[in-house]
Amino acid sequence: MEFFFEVLIGGLLAGVMYSLVAIGFVLIYKASGVFNFAQGAMVLFAALTFVSLHERGMPFWLAFAVTLAAMVAIALLVERLVLRPLVNRSPITLFMATLGLSYMIEGAAQALWGAQVHGLELGISDEPLALGGVLLSQFDLFAAGTAAVLVTALSLLFSKTRIGLSLRAVADDPLAALAVGIRLQRIWAVVWAVAGFVGLVAGLLWGARLGVQFSLSLVVLKALPVLIIGGFSSIGGAIVGGLIIGASEKLAEIYLGPVIGGGLENWFPYVLALLFLLVRPAGLFGERAIERV
Amino acid sequence: MLYNEAGQFSISYAGERRLFRLRQDRCALALLLAFAFVVVPFVGNDYWFSAILIPFLVLSLAGLGLNLLTGYAGQLSLGSAAFMAVGAFAAYNFGLRLPGLPLLASLFLGGVTAALVAVVFGLPSLRIKGFYLIVSTLAAQFFVSWALTKFGWFSNDNASGVISAPPLTIFGADFSSPVGRYLLTLGVVAALFWLGKNLVRSELGRNWMAVRDMDTAAAVIGIPLLKTKLLAFALSGFFLGIAGSLWAFTYLGTVEPHGFDLNRSFQVLFIIILGGLGSILGNFLGAAFMVLFPLLLSNLAGALPVGLIDPGQLENLQKFIFGALIIAFLIKEPEGLARLWQRCRERARLWPLRY
Repeated sequence: MEFFFEVLIGGLLAGVMYSLVAIGFVLIYKASGVFNFAQGAMVLFAALTFVSLHERGMPFWLAFAVTLAAMVAIALLVERLVLRPLVNRSPITLFMATLGLSYMIEGAAQALWGAQVHGLELGISDEPLALGGVLLSQFDLFAAGTAAVLVTALSLLFSKTRIGLSLRAVADDPLAALAVGIRLQRIWAVVWAVAGFVGLVAGLLWGARLGVQFSLSLVVLKALPVLIIGGFSSIGGAIVGGLIIGASEKLAEIYLGPVIGGGLENWFPYVLALLFLLVRPAGLFGERAIERV
Repeated sequence: MLYNEAGQFSISYAGERRLFRLRQDRCALALLLAFAFVVVPFVGNDYWFSAILIPFLVLSLAGLGLNLLTGYAGQLSLGSAAFMAVGAFAAYNFGLRLPGLPLLASLFLGGVTAALVAVVFGLPSLRIKGFYLIVSTLAAQFFVSWALTKFGWFSNDNASGVISAPPLTIFGADFSSPVGRYLLTLGVVAALFWLGKNLVRSELGRNWMAVRDMDTAAAVIGIPLLKTKLLAFALSGFFLGIAGSLWAFTYLGTVEPHGFDLNRSFQVLFIIILGGLGSILGNFLGAAFMVLFPLLLSNLAGALPVGLIDPGQLENLQKFIFGALIIAFLIKEPEGLARLWQRCRERARLWPLRY
């Protein structure tokens, strides 16, 4: 039973890492209805830029600030060069544009900083912590704490500030928001910049765990089933979805793996998400669309 | 007046509904086919056949498969490579387990198997719409590649999971030389394109377009959604499956499950975005672009002074330019390269007048 709890909690904590990527996704979907496939590439770009600057002798906070500035610059460019010309196009067109964007960002990141694997040390000890007989990774706990802080900050941003209010207005109905004088373009730039910041945080945590390398951009694929389960437009849903996916994939690997062959972590989240969708097509916290002709 | 359609009247329903109504189109197509079947085998060399023409033909067939699903029926899919893999491995196994089965029959059965698998993963499309469907196709992508690697039976217990092409003989004629493989591919692709072109203008094709444009409205006017969507998945899977087995048998000669990874799916998706969503001709244009563009870029880099572009950077550069092109196309020419051809045609209709 102790072993079961260890696997479960390990999975839950790993799920938090997925949620971190998914949150960046949700932000953009919420504010503009764009399904941003480039979030993984943004995570890669942020982590690679940070680690390369850090390795060239820049102190931690300065490197963090410079990387953040770069992410904001990307956000502004994306708004100007991709989103603005594509306004009012179908969601599928916008999705494909972000697919192109992810190729561009990946190409640029590797052309700028090279393709080798960088180690990243955040100064958090990885010694397991014994809590009531269950061993927990300190690093995972730290990641969970970061996610909690991030979610709280974002919810405050959404509910208490003026920009959060306009953001929700845009999400609800872009045309109506424009009509009452909200600047759509500015909202988009802000949202992509915040998503870049979330990507940076996720990139640092993932990079510290896996090493900063190309495979970071593939975490976006792991974030997809998380989003599906949580619903595309709910930050809380991203967290819950992450926990469900993280826990179930670890449990499946341990308990189901020996029966039908290992390595099922690769597809299990998708199949789980699929079964989930058949029951609740809009995810746990997603908004159910009403269709009229 | 190069493209004058004046005076070409249809005097029967059959004439009105033929595949290419204009004489110019029919002549051009006949000339093109004659050129591809008769002239090219004599003038081409082995490099052209194996490295350019065969992948071009196979990729355009794969593009057609995805275009039926995404361009015509409006169901976004990121799992096309999975269906290609199913086709390739199924065709291989049919050839292996049923000795004496003709090559074309095993290709066909491979396509049918891929169609069945595609239907299974398309089943959720009735309940799930839009982006949520991506997860279903991704599930197909990862599950198929896992299953093909995991279970040795699929690759006849080959240690590295690799399958190799069966002998390419049809009615006793050997097609294993580069020219032969080219002709075999060309024949299969031409036949399937004829089928595809007819499909999209049939009742089924029009139902697909109605579902693509607004599926609720399509259901209201009495189009059976379940049947229409599942047939889109099935036919797309069939075309992709045959493209996959051609990829394995006539292009590479051997393939492993990782040859059909997510990147291949993206490649096929990019073919139809660049070529033109919902266009048959666009598949050829997109595939030609996909095959020729990397060659062009590396030749260009080679022609520049040494050191200006590091060969190691070439791949990153290519990725960057590709992404930029996708975005540029979506902004400037959402209907893809096929639209450019349409413009040329409209110009030629009025030539030498401007308006």
